[in-house]
Amino acid sequence: MKKVSRLWNWLKDLSGLTELVYSLFAIVFALIIGAILIYLSGHDALEAYYYLFFGAFGNIYNLAQTLLKSIPLIFTGLAVAIGFQSGLFNIGIEGQLYWGAFTTAVVVVSLPGLSGYLLIPIALFAGALAGGIWGAFPGYLKAKTGAHEVITTIMLNYVGILATTFLLKNFFKAPGPVDQTKGIPMQARIPELFPNTRLTWSLFIGIAVIILVKYLFSNTSLGYDLQAVGANTSAAEYGGISVSRVTVLTMTISGAVAALAGSTIVLGVLHRFITNFSPGYGFTGIAVAVLGRNKPEGVLAAALLFGALDAGKVSMQLFTNIPGDLITVVQGLVILLVAAPSLIRLFSSTFGRGRELIASE
Amino acid sequence: MYAVDMKGITKTFGDTVANDGVDLSVEEEEIHCILGENGAGKTTLMNVLFGLYERDAGEIFLHDKEVNIRKPSQAIDHGIGMIHQNFMLVNRLSVTDNIVAGAEPKKGIRLDRKKAVKDVRRLSEKYGLKVDPEARIENISVGDQQRVEILKALYRKADILILDEPTAVLTPQEVEDLFRIMRELKESGKTLIFITHKLKETMTITDRITILRDGKKVGTVETGDTNPRDLAQMMVGRDVVLSVEKSEREERPVAFEVKDLNVHNPTNNLYLRDVSFEIEEGEVLGVAGVEGNGQLELEEGLMGLRPTESGEVILRGSDLRELTTRERKKIGIAHIPSDRLRRGLIAEFNLQRNMILGSEWDRPFSRRGFLDRNRIKEYTEEVIEDFDIRGGTADVDAKSLSGGNQQKVILGRELTRDPELIIAAQPTRGVDVGAIEYIHGELLNMRDRGVPVLLISAELDELRSLSDRIIVLYEGEIVASLDADAVDERELGLLMAGEEVEG
Repeated sequence: MKKVSRLWNWLKDLSGLTELVYSLFAIVFALIIGAILIYLSGHDALEAYYYLFFGAFGNIYNLAQTLLKSIPLIFTGLAVAIGFQSGLFNIGIEGQLYWGAFTTAVVVVSLPGLSGYLLIPIALFAGALAGGIWGAFPGYLKAKTGAHEVITTIMLNYVGILATTFLLKNFFKAPGPVDQTKGIPMQARIPELFPNTRLTWSLFIGIAVIILVKYLFSNTSLGYDLQAVGANTSAAEYGGISVSRVTVLTMTISGAVAALAGSTIVLGVLHRFITNFSPGYGFTGIAVAVLGRNKPEGVLAAALLFGALDAGKVSMQLFTNIPGDLITVVQGLVILLVAAPSLIRLFSSTFGRGRELIASE
Repeated sequence: MYAVDMKGITKTFGDTVANDGVDLSVEEEEIHCILGENGAGKTTLMNVLFGLYERDAGEIFLHDKEVNIRKPSQAIDHGIGMIHQNFMLVNRLSVTDNIVAGAEPKKGIRLDRKKAVKDVRRLSEKYGLKVDPEARIENISVGDQQRVEILKALYRKADILILDEPTAVLTPQEVEDLFRIMRELKESGKTLIFITHKLKETMTITDRITILRDGKKVGTVETGDTNPRDLAQMMVGRDVVLSVEKSEREERPVAFEVKDLNVHNPTNNLYLRDVSFEIEEGEVLGVAGVEGNGQLELEEGLMGLRPTESGEVILRGSDLRELTTRERKKIGIAHIPSDRLRRGLIAEFNLQRNMILGSEWDRPFSRRGFLDRNRIKEYTEEVIEDFDIRGGTADVDAKSLSGGNQQKVILGRELTRDPELIIAAQPTRGVDVGAIEYIHGELLNMRDRGVPVLLISAELDELRSLSDRIIVLYEGEIVASLDADAVDERELGLLMAGEEVEG
């Protein structure tokens, strides 16, 4: 008993590492449960994980698929995390992402003559701006009227997705059966890192944004205000921080980052705007943010993990007859275990440290 | 024979030793005080006795019989009653309902309400605990609520009563009344354990005193053989200056003026009505009053944290009423908020980040919106050094500091900004004796430098020793303005309770 508690305290002392240790434990634990499930469903778990791993990291092409699939999650996860940092739950990522993608595509097809060096930054900026405005709107509603952002952002998702579809169909649709804009010119496409992998320089845009946001939080007054409002609104008010201003700004930044997920897909992968192109990147972003504990570097790691599971899933399904849904279950388990550190604490207190732990808190 | 005899009680929370081999012997029919600073382990020890915590080691004897109390219901069966700091009452139920809940007299399976009311009335008469058995808890005063708590314990036939900091929430008159009740309970054969960190009360009411410090027992003394100075010394472990010396001052120009200020708080429907006062340079104006009589509304109204309806707030000639909180801070108002953890600090931020709260956009901490982290760290370390903040470096989170040290962090942050005015609300609440001494010294220091100070406090001793003048707030109005040297505690207490005072 003593030993367990000493080990526990030792783990806790590595405060910076603790969360990482927790998360790694959660991942391993989720994989073990996943293996049991695969076994119970009559398949070979070892084989499944072999192909999962192979599909994610087996060769350059597979590794590129892992990275490719993580890119939109980097943006959407980061967007959710930014909101959480100032205590806002932005579930409107999906709508913001559609506005980003749509605006980027429209800007590019309207300015076909420009060189790529100008066009790509302009298109990215326009997308971010559109998503930022779409995010600022619920922020403003909350600041002015107190309307809860969870409700407004959820509803604005539908408005965003359907409004872009409407605009596309009526004004920007390319001829043909598919609801899409015409393809964007070659010079506006973000170049590939490795030929035929579809993995583009967008990866580095994602990493750059991660670094930028990390810097925003640790080294700027604005980032300070954002986190102060998230950590203790009353104290932030006491310090003279305008909570409504921070609310609007946070939602703007969050929306802009969310939009980049859409913009980079348009410029790097699809090369056009297509309706219903997102398989729910915005919602997966919530999971990524939770797994990454709302920290930029955590989001990066979590997005890579999700990318790897997604890429691995494809090869697993290809080479075995194990349903990919089982991997989705594993993803769910990871979230469940990470999001519930209170559960872990409960377990640990059952091992002898008793209810006074809770009483003293 | 001892009513309570605790031997070698040890209780740890993780790495923290809250009680370290503590002995406590309470004689029958005495009022025994457990004295110690916040965090000394007083409440932990009593929670062990009452079965709220399980001890790691030690033995407990009640009337010479060893007992093994593992939960409160067992403690109650053994005749122990505990009156907690925060009352455990159901607001919407009547006094009687609260008292009998869980031990109701029954007629068949129905509650025998008549008997319940009769029992409560009989009990309250027997011990001189006047309450109306039919009144609802939400409609009676805090002092009455405390009596209900005591009755609740007596109704369960407690003969050992634990009172955890019972005076913290009472007016001076209510304290006197409580002491009278405690004496009567003692006369009728009850044993009382009285937890406090207030020396004066200890000296007034108790027979013997056990002093705890850092989870260890320092000693047990007869109240008649000791004095406040020695007690403070035992509590803190070093000599303590109990009352601060205030220098004489001469009349100086008015620096801060409030005229006919009106504030409405919709939450409790309290109106601050036509509040007017002036503070001269280098003057401390104390605001006395029972909590909830407009102190919070005044404090927040002056800081722009709460809208004001009308009036003027003038600092060195200019009206502040249209300014934002940030602007008021910028022109030099230092604010020590009454709620340290809700307002004054961000518990999850480290000390560096707490130190720049309110000036995170200003030089030298920030240039064009970019934080100068080296400068912030240096400054934090200076403040830690200058204000004697213990238990942490610039990198620890504010939540890991003790209450006294958290308060020093706020004090350090606010006083190092060259204030033009200090608004200090409950600056020593929940702070240990050593830190109180320090905080008082710092506030007087600012006074001597000519800074006007508005001191809002519920501690009469603090108000009397620091203030030059005292105003009394009652139901949102100033009911008296007094010279601090001339005021006596009884008179102040009556004014706080809304009574008229002659002369």
